[in-house]
Amino acid sequence: MTLESIPDELIRLAVALVALMAFIAANGIMLLYVERKVAGHVQRRPGPFEVGPHGLFQALADAGKLVGKQLSTPAGADPLLFWIAPLMAFMPVPLMFIAVPFGQNLWGLETNLGIVLILSFAGFNVLALCLAGWASNNKWSLLGAARAVAQAVAYEIPLLLSVLAVALMTGSLDLRVIVAHQGGWPWQWNVAVQPLAFFIYFVCSVAETNRAPFDLPEAESELTAGVHTEYSGMGNGIIFLAEYANMLVVSCVATVLFLGGFNGPILPGPWWFLAKMYLLVTLIIFMRWTYPRVRFDQLLNLSWRWLTPLALANLLLTAFFAKLWGGA
Amino acid sequence: MGLFAVFGAALSGLKSMTVGLKVTGTNFFKPQETVHYPRQEVDTLSTFRGHIELVCTDENKLAPRCVGCGLCAELCPSNCIRVDTREPSPAACDTARHPVPTPLIAVPKFRTTPPDLAPVAREVTGYHLTYHTCSLCGLCVQNCPAGAIRFSSNVYFAGMSRGAFEIDLIARLRVQADKRGREQ
Repeated sequence: MTLESIPDELIRLAVALVALMAFIAANGIMLLYVERKVAGHVQRRPGPFEVGPHGLFQALADAGKLVGKQLSTPAGADPLLFWIAPLMAFMPVPLMFIAVPFGQNLWGLETNLGIVLILSFAGFNVLALCLAGWASNNKWSLLGAARAVAQAVAYEIPLLLSVLAVALMTGSLDLRVIVAHQGGWPWQWNVAVQPLAFFIYFVCSVAETNRAPFDLPEAESELTAGVHTEYSGMGNGIIFLAEYANMLVVSCVATVLFLGGFNGPILPGPWWFLAKMYLLVTLIIFMRWTYPRVRFDQLLNLSWRWLTPLALANLLLTAFFAKLWGGA
Repeated sequence: MGLFAVFGAALSGLKSMTVGLKVTGTNFFKPQETVHYPRQEVDTLSTFRGHIELVCTDENKLAPRCVGCGLCAELCPSNCIRVDTREPSPAACDTARHPVPTPLIAVPKFRTTPPDLAPVAREVTGYHLTYHTCSLCGLCVQNCPAGAIRFSSNVYFAGMSRGAFEIDLIARLRVQADKRGREQ
């Protein structure tokens, strides 16, 4: 078997997956540091400071500590499901990134169903949290899992509806086509035409990634740590990494759908893409340290009584104007 | 509630969320309020209540103002002060009476003021504080008729045994006077 006999697509996919894994791991460590620094500065304290210059290696030290810890399975837990759950939370994440166009010709997989691929693999996260909570044999974990499922079901609907509005407008589910449909300047982005859809998408994506103020599955003041109460060492680490990676995924998708993707003046595309993505990530981090956690009935009310009807109305209007002007 | 009122409430709620982000955003760029302790120390210790210490007289840096009345030991709810005294020589009795200085912390109005003249001073031979039972209530500082007790600013006080918190305050006063003398 020669190197030439391997299909090009396979090589591209393998390279993309390895690169994306590295991207996710590096981002996980960096975002952990950024999160703690932002928390510190918002509260007028320095944040991590002791390991390395300005505490730069704190996240690395934490990762080293997590790797070195013993993995213990709680008594009465289902060991298979318990250990499958963190893997299941993390494994779909690189797959979600392969369809994202980071720049001109910079993507892992050519597919005309990019959004569908991302949204379907995003569903794995809630399944993983559900399994983790169920298999832990712990009341806090189970309550966290129940919350995670109810929350994910409630927020997936307005999220899909707002994404659908963009798809209707563009007439494609291909992320590259959606990017090509937008220009380099803010008034050429989809957010200028679909501000409501962007707002709904953003709120739902924060809820889908279980970030504050919608971090009820974790809710450390009520549920210890919710679904990851019983996880030690890297079990906990992988779930956390998946959480940060999911935050990146939703920011990537928001950048592609609403903020013009890699389009931008002067600088090369990937820089624009990363800048927009990290802007959204920073906003999500800031929101965590600004807003208090919502109550569960408020959470569900927000989704079912506000976001879903608004997203439906937005979709209807979009469909009407798309038909009127022959947008798609 | 009408439809407009509902949407108005939602919009004002959204506005309040941007205000919240503005608050955290501005605080993010403001200077920090905390200090890196081992490398930096705070300088605002004037209001700190450390363990009590004796105040020296104006004339003699080595002698406490204490008149040995034992009021502090009697008042102390934790029973953590012990004052050892000796009766003064008759000759000292006349010179020992002096006007009562104002107490070193604020005294509530309902508290009766101490007598105008301090009682005849006894000779203080020892002043012991058992700090590990002290609750820092400040009754001794408030009621000392000679204004001889104040809170120290000994923030970084730590010890490995109980004994470290049983303090001989007279010895401490001497050490402090010695240190100040050497600094001058």
